[in-house]
Amino acid sequence: METKVPALSMRHITKRFGSKVVANKDVSLDIYSGEILALLGENGSGKTTLMNMLSGIYYPDEGQIYLNGKPVDISSPKEAFDLGIGMIHQHFKLVDVLTAAENIVLGIENEGRLNIRKSIARIREICDRYGFEIDPDKKIYDMSVSEKQTVEIVKVLYRGANFLILDEPTAVLTPQESEKLFAVMRNMKKDGKSIIIITHKMQEVLSVSDRVAILRSGEYICDRVTAEADTQELTDLMVGHSVSLNINRPEPVRPRDRILVKDLTVRDIEGIVKLDHVSFNARSGEILGIAGIAGSGQKELLEAIAGLQPIEEGTIEYVEDDGSRESLIGKDPTEIADMGVALSFVPEDRLGMGLVGNMNLADNMMLRSYRQGHSIFTNKKAPAELAEHVVDELEVNTPGIGTEVRKLSGGNVQKILVGREISSAPTVLLTAYAVRGLDINSSYTIYDLINKQKEKGVAVIYVGEDLDVLVELCDRILVLCAGRVSGIIDGRNAVKKRIGAMMTQTESTLAADSAPAAENTQEKGGSDE
Amino acid sequence: MFNIVTIIQRAVVQGIPLLFGSTGEIMTEKSGNLNLGTAGTMYVGAICGVIGGFFYENSAGAAFNPILGTVIPLLSAILGSLIMGLIYSFLTITLRANQNVTGLALTTFGVGIGNFFGGSLIKIVGADVPTIVLSKTSACFKAGFGFAGDLGWFGEIFLSYSWLAYLAIVIAVLCGFILRRTRVGLHLRAVGESPATADAAGISVTKYKYIATCAGSVIAGLGGLYYIMDYASGVWSADAFGDRGWLAIALVIFTLWRPTTSIWASILFGGLYILHIFIPTGSNLAVKELYKMLPYVITIIVLVISSLRNKRENQPPASLGLPYFREDR
Amino acid sequence: MNNKTPLIHITRRMDIGRPRAYTYRAIAILLAFIVCGIVTMVLTGENPFDVYKAMFTGALGSSRKIWALLQNLAILLCVGLALAPAFRMRFWNLGGDGQVLAGCIAAAACMMFLSDALPHALLIVVTLIASVLSGALWGFIPAFFKARWGTNETLFTLMMNYVAAQLASFFITSWSKDGSAKIGIINQNTQIGWFPEIGNKYMMFIIVAVILTVLMFIYMRYTKHGYEISVVGESERTAKYIGIKVRKVIIRTMLISGAICGLTGFFMVTAKDHTLTTTMVGGRGFTAVIVAWLAKFNPFTMILTAFLIVFLSQGCNQITTALELDSAFGDIITGIILFFIIGSEFFINYKIHFRKSSKKEVA
Repeated sequence: METKVPALSMRHITKRFGSKVVANKDVSLDIYSGEILALLGENGSGKTTLMNMLSGIYYPDEGQIYLNGKPVDISSPKEAFDLGIGMIHQHFKLVDVLTAAENIVLGIENEGRLNIRKSIARIREICDRYGFEIDPDKKIYDMSVSEKQTVEIVKVLYRGANFLILDEPTAVLTPQESEKLFAVMRNMKKDGKSIIIITHKMQEVLSVSDRVAILRSGEYICDRVTAEADTQELTDLMVGHSVSLNINRPEPVRPRDRILVKDLTVRDIEGIVKLDHVSFNARSGEILGIAGIAGSGQKELLEAIAGLQPIEEGTIEYVEDDGSRESLIGKDPTEIADMGVALSFVPEDRLGMGLVGNMNLADNMMLRSYRQGHSIFTNKKAPAELAEHVVDELEVNTPGIGTEVRKLSGGNVQKILVGREISSAPTVLLTAYAVRGLDINSSYTIYDLINKQKEKGVAVIYVGEDLDVLVELCDRILVLCAGRVSGIIDGRNAVKKRIGAMMTQTESTLAADSAPAAENTQEKGGSDE
Repeated sequence: MFNIVTIIQRAVVQGIPLLFGSTGEIMTEKSGNLNLGTAGTMYVGAICGVIGGFFYENSAGAAFNPILGTVIPLLSAILGSLIMGLIYSFLTITLRANQNVTGLALTTFGVGIGNFFGGSLIKIVGADVPTIVLSKTSACFKAGFGFAGDLGWFGEIFLSYSWLAYLAIVIAVLCGFILRRTRVGLHLRAVGESPATADAAGISVTKYKYIATCAGSVIAGLGGLYYIMDYASGVWSADAFGDRGWLAIALVIFTLWRPTTSIWASILFGGLYILHIFIPTGSNLAVKELYKMLPYVITIIVLVISSLRNKRENQPPASLGLPYFREDR
Repeated sequence: MNNKTPLIHITRRMDIGRPRAYTYRAIAILLAFIVCGIVTMVLTGENPFDVYKAMFTGALGSSRKIWALLQNLAILLCVGLALAPAFRMRFWNLGGDGQVLAGCIAAAACMMFLSDALPHALLIVVTLIASVLSGALWGFIPAFFKARWGTNETLFTLMMNYVAAQLASFFITSWSKDGSAKIGIINQNTQIGWFPEIGNKYMMFIIVAVILTVLMFIYMRYTKHGYEISVVGESERTAKYIGIKVRKVIIRTMLISGAICGLTGFFMVTAKDHTLTTTMVGGRGFTAVIVAWLAKFNPFTMILTAFLIVFLSQGCNQITTALELDSAFGDIITGIILFFIIGSEFFINYKIHFRKSSKKEVA
């Protein structure tokens, strides 16, 4: 950009959590008016934390923020609003029992008496101007994700924000909805607004942004004018080294069917179909990858197999070594274990589900094994030994096995969880986002562990979000789209581009019009493959 | 044969302290604070009114001025219950202490204050009277529509109460209006539902929680004042206020967090509270004790029913009972 | 120019050493005692040191007082121990009063109506069983609804207290021979159904409390049940994930909680009071909540917290009796001390940073 003064500028910002975690380190970033800036970085690179300091959620430990060259203090979201900065969070900050209009006017003090009719008129005006569609009288709990996001954006515009920060806005949207969003963003830009979009998706960066700034491990790397950047360079900058991951992928040894899923249909509490007639086989000695945009039914699929999800229709069968089959339907985790099925599950929510944050390492090891034996007392010795073993084997960084798990870093927490789950010599291993939030080294430790299980003949189901990893780690990849299987492809011949397309289109529509589908998911002018 | 008019009248008189208490607790709970200290706060409201009235009545002597005789106990009660609200707020909002434990401690403290001063006030100030009887002050609080008696049953049912009773209804209606129709109410509801959202929208969660909790405490404290000055005619007796504070908290669920619903619900509960007086049981006095169980049993039934139906609007404020700390990730 | 920087910044403390946590609590109690001294001085005009001395002699001044204190401590501890597993499970059992009273009612009923039908030893056994079952039933009812439909247990258990109180009132009126709404000492002459004294009349409860403390410690820390309770309390999702039947654990734990309350009621009637009144539990169900919570549900720590509260109330009683003031004074003092201890948790869990204005070099 030219040498004009940045509208908003962050200088030498540092933010720590606790004494160990540095979320942002000496970051300086400029935003100009009338531009769309993409803030690019991997999960855990500190993008959201950085933006939270602009929106007043966090307060920087060091550094200064400037608005039009003047230093400003943003110690609360209200002050951010007053300065014209509005953020649309990934987890929507909406009150479920209120209507869209009530949510939009929430927190506004300078409008005098509450007059919801008048407010609705203004909301309609904003919607017309930028091309939104919402029903102001609809309650939030009745809304789809996309509608909620629209409410969030209108909320920010309603209070006259000049700076909009969108935190991974497309993660929860269908491609059509994403396109609509981008169109709206361009309208806002034309109106002179500055927009920051936090993302790790290259295609979005290239299709919507004017400029891209890259964060890695909490540090600012550089910025590029989007038109002059290419995917490879941006990816390298984001990841820090070439994306060739070189994950080991041993050949499966005598794979045979282990889990047979047929016509599996699952609804959530609200009655929305989460899985729609899903069928596949998971084989021993093989890693079956599951790809899909967030919320396509991955969680429900794993939980259904693990006995945690009521099933509406379909069958899940476990195949014994001798070929006999047993149904897992209607059984809870204890009953499945009692059947002699050694099933391990590394859930997405590590501290909320897989482990108990307030318990120490040894007690967490006991979660799976405490029932063993007929004594009314728990056996504390074996879990303590297992904890010691896992700490040694997986190089867990902890003061001792008496430390509460919540005090460990994300990577160490995951090692404990995976370590426990594989310690029971499973025949089936389910993992959900096993490397999310982990640094590179920890991630490779986890890949190695999973591969070792595979070599032992375990049937591994690996739900992942990073397509590069899926393509290099998995023997076969099942792609989910809105609860349906768009296809199962061979991992060795998998092409990211095709998986990307399948994630947004089901098999039938893919076959019908594969060309537009591909274009939809691939960035214009990008060269991903 | 019993008189329906009398039943209604007595139900209303019994219901008013509950109405004050439940309206106060609704405002408090709407901000996400479950204040189990309301029972204690009502005791404090009552005793502070008594202390204020006692001092004025004894010092004024013959020169008793009805206006001062009203204002002094009223302000004392407000101040006392405000302090209770502040203690609770400071501990749970600023210090993020556990709400239930704080509430229980507050009740211990408040009931202690009430009974201690009720029992020892004369001794402490060295006054020259045998017991606390605030007949003049009580008369100020019993003032209502003098002409009610001329209007037959209509007057008896609707106009025969003291001004504090009408104030309770006015406050309940006002609170209902604030919650549903004003910006402050909208913000308060948001704070109770999702403090993180309210915070992100620039609403000061701490401020709203403090104000709602303190206002709620003051309203509840007025219930204690009404009880002692009107119902008990200015005569303090230990533990006489009983469990009305807890019943007021339970009423909140019954009303689905609507102060206006609480108007008739409180009167209904007031009726249940004294139903045993009107039911002829002959010589079997024990059965009366079973009738006294009714308000509690009905509260339990309401609790169960409200947990059975899942309508979103009828659920408690989503953050009820949880402390809010912005940087919790 | 907008020049305000937050002066106070609060962060969650990851770890505070045990010694430091206890130092903070000790400071809180010390501060509380100072405030209490001032309050007492203002209200009674006594020198605070005399007040403390009077409290001390009131609580521990004679062997009879010590025995009475120990017995009161034991009763409160028993109720606290009963509540602890429920609270560890994050089940807010405010129904201790009602559950104990349910046990008392059953015990009184057995003593009154079965004393002719059964031999003494068998009567005591039957009474024990009846009390424990009644307490357990009183715990089961709210637990069932909580487990099945998630019914709010805080208010449910609270209401159950009053239902129990009215039930007691009903039975007292029904059973009283002269219509005085009082039962009087049951079997005063025959002492049938009275639990045999050991040593002196205070000893029985103390032995029971000691045994219960050890058992509850073992139960919560070393048994599979105790482990399940902890997991359910920390995270229901984790519990489901490892196949714990959460409903079963809730109901089972509340049965135990209620049963121990019932047991306490049994001893209150058969070994201590030998009668039934509606107020005999005296709000111990609520005080026990605080006892258990302050001790973080550790049975041995609960001895300390229960002692603190019993010491205060008995010591304050001495002052108020001496000065002819109302005995509720003890509740005020207890309240103040609780506020300080509850407040001190903040300084253990959070860290306060005072920020120096970073603005200066800029401005």
